[in-house]
Amino acid sequence: MAVAQASITDRRLWTFHGGIHIPDEKALSNAAAIESIALPRRLLVPLQQHIGAPARLIATVGEQVLKAQMIAEPTGLVSSPIHAPSSGTLVAVENHPVPHPSGLTAPCAVIETDGSDSWAELPPPLTDYPQLDPERIRERIRWAGVVGMGGASFPTSVKLSPGTERQIHTLIINGAECEPYISCDDRLMRERAGHVLEGVRIMHHLLEVKQVLIGIEDNKPEAIEAMRLALTETDMRAYTEIVPIPTLYPSGGEKQLIRILTGKEVPTKGIPAQVGIVCQNVGTAAAVADAVLEGRPLVSRVVTVTGRAIANPRNLQVPIGTPAEDLIAHCGGYRETPARLICGGPMMGFTLRTAATPVTKAANCILALTAEESPDPGPALACIRCGRCAQACPASLLPQQMYWYARAKDLDRIQDYNLFDCIECGCCAQVCPSHIPLVQYYRFAKTEIWSREQEKRKSEQARARHAAKQARLERQEQERQAKLRKQKEAMAAKAPADPDKVGQQKAAIEAAKQRVAAKRAAATDEPS
Amino acid sequence: MKTFIASSPHVARVNRVDRIMLQVLLALIPGVLAMTWYFGWGLLINMGLAIVFALLAESAVLLARGRSPLPAIGDLSAVVTAVLFAISVPPILPWWLTLLGILFAIVLVKQLYGGMGYNPFNPAMAAYVFLLVSYPVAMTNWLTPSMLAEHHLSFMESLRIILDGSLPQGLTWDAITSATPLDEMRGKLDQNLTLDQIRQSPLWGNFGGRGWEWIAAWFLLGGLYLLWRRIITWHIPVSMLASLLVCATLFWTLDPQTHPFPAFHLFSGAAILGAFFIATDPVTASTTQRGQIIFGATIGVLVYVIRTWGGYPDAVAFAVLLMNIAAPMIDHYTQPRVFGHGGKGI
Repeated sequence: MAVAQASITDRRLWTFHGGIHIPDEKALSNAAAIESIALPRRLLVPLQQHIGAPARLIATVGEQVLKAQMIAEPTGLVSSPIHAPSSGTLVAVENHPVPHPSGLTAPCAVIETDGSDSWAELPPPLTDYPQLDPERIRERIRWAGVVGMGGASFPTSVKLSPGTERQIHTLIINGAECEPYISCDDRLMRERAGHVLEGVRIMHHLLEVKQVLIGIEDNKPEAIEAMRLALTETDMRAYTEIVPIPTLYPSGGEKQLIRILTGKEVPTKGIPAQVGIVCQNVGTAAAVADAVLEGRPLVSRVVTVTGRAIANPRNLQVPIGTPAEDLIAHCGGYRETPARLICGGPMMGFTLRTAATPVTKAANCILALTAEESPDPGPALACIRCGRCAQACPASLLPQQMYWYARAKDLDRIQDYNLFDCIECGCCAQVCPSHIPLVQYYRFAKTEIWSREQEKRKSEQARARHAAKQARLERQEQERQAKLRKQKEAMAAKAPADPDKVGQQKAAIEAAKQRVAAKRAAATDEPS
Repeated sequence: MKTFIASSPHVARVNRVDRIMLQVLLALIPGVLAMTWYFGWGLLINMGLAIVFALLAESAVLLARGRSPLPAIGDLSAVVTAVLFAISVPPILPWWLTLLGILFAIVLVKQLYGGMGYNPFNPAMAAYVFLLVSYPVAMTNWLTPSMLAEHHLSFMESLRIILDGSLPQGLTWDAITSATPLDEMRGKLDQNLTLDQIRQSPLWGNFGGRGWEWIAAWFLLGGLYLLWRRIITWHIPVSMLASLLVCATLFWTLDPQTHPFPAFHLFSGAAILGAFFIATDPVTASTTQRGQIIFGATIGVLVYVIRTWGGYPDAVAFAVLLMNIAAPMIDHYTQPRVFGHGGKGI
């Protein structure tokens, strides 16, 4: 798009090490406008859709629930509520497969929809938010159950209250969408740019930042243009900039995007706030706008349904909890039997065990790949130490060395090689000529380390308990001894109360001794 | 519906070991053709024998280890080892020395260490050095380049020399063999001849040994192809050739009559072949980028040192093996700065 190209600013961009160019496959779905789907008969709403403490069910089984009615409440600061995505009956709370790499089942609220999709009473819009107490706006966002919609699903209200000890100067809005195939953020920006910017404006107000940078990969010229156009119609131009960035996977990684736009590196084990930055996804911005300006909680999201196994790839506005198979059916079903069914993108997504798995707040894509698109890589060969993985790693790690130590289960050495700086983007595995599932090794090592640390904590607790018990026993023994001693002393103190008696005793003993001595002397004197 | 449960990434992988090895073999073709042009059929006969021996040896060891030999043969690494070995040894090496060398390379140096990916030493170079120290005469019996030779060995004549060591009627070894340029240079320098005198000999071409210079140039073309296809990166070849060139230029400027001209060092022996095809063997080289520069540059210095003051005329094999030992340590001390660990961004 010539217009977008022409208006690229001369803002300086930085680069990160590595990254890979892969076919983006966005054309399969990015021409399809966002459309709603027929209300599913059953919704499976997982009770945990965020990072942090799980939500506590407050609705009762059998209860009639209304759309947007809170059915589970947050149980801590880092927690998030769940709302009914449509009206109907809460028929059960039971375990169902949820989008999780392990194919785990988890408690889901099962709602049989009544088809009327009638709304609960919503809280009033806070259109005058610039005049309101920021705490009230944060509380609204927390109430609405808004979490990071780029995949991390961290409660947004927490991220928007970064405390007072660090000055946040930049808000970065992530519209990079660097994973191949996915187009939901692209469509959102093209179709609802104004709404996204409203959300950005609210977040800007809450964080009181100096600048807002909206990073979009340059393979989405229409989105860039739409966002620019929408920006000209707002009062945000003074502090907001739409920044096209070169298309390179994984530019949409939070740390990578921050580096590209500001040149800053988020320190290891740190969060962006440490360098004065907060990063939010475009979908999250739209959800914040819904919550604050319309009083609507997060009950639906845009999901891309794509892959060459899908008859008509689309972008769908879907109630949370809709089973993936309903989405696929809406897209005309399968063109051919998919080799893999994936939640998320092809680089970082995970395979779904069943198409009955529901969509969650963080699910941006349902991807059905044909055998041709997703060939079985075959058995892994030996590592030939070619170093392509290190060339591709966006964190400048040495994946090959980490692989050796993960294989050897040398969990100390692998941490020396900074395992926990790995973002699991999959670049290393993608370029590995031996087709070693490298990311899987790192996930394994991380889990091993976590469980080992947990074991250590447990054994430390046990040791502390044991030590406490020993100390208690010792104390009790000492107390017992002290008691005995006291009793003895008390008795002893009682006994020598009469000094004469002692004198008499001594005299008696002395007398007895003398008698014995006299006897002996008499015996020896006697001549035999 | 059953779908495949697997770890990400889920799309087709872009690289494959066998394709990488195939590219290396393709890149060797120009140099091999040039060598055949100048030194006759012996090279191709040796190469064929070496490949057959290598595949048999690899299969035998894998069967003995209770593994299927097919994946290992399919990865073509044994073929690359065999081809590099055949290029390094004289084109009329007796067949049993090729067998011995290949057995040493594949069985001892490669498979006994665990096979593909696990060998600390470059198998072809280790075998070359093993034969050079054990059978020095046979290993230095190089043919005269074709334009200087009085007799051009036919395919059958080459085959007979290799198989039973019998020379064609009326020929002596002296008639068909001559010193390699590196040998010639060393010998003449030891006789206190000046460079000007030495270069009177018809053995010298425009910028290296006659014939040899063009072989090196064709290998250079193959090496550039590997760079272009991103099979290798520039770090090792450039640093190795640059450091060799720096050493050579330095001493040559000090005294151009007792030290060979810089181009001699690049185009007379195995420097180009070594820089692009041998030192870059990923299994045995350093893997970090800074490490590769140190690795390559040190090989370059060692090549110069051994050629100039060491006991053998060519030094690439020795230098590469010496640095193979050092590669793990170099890797350890040249780890890149990990994202978020210090640096200017923070």
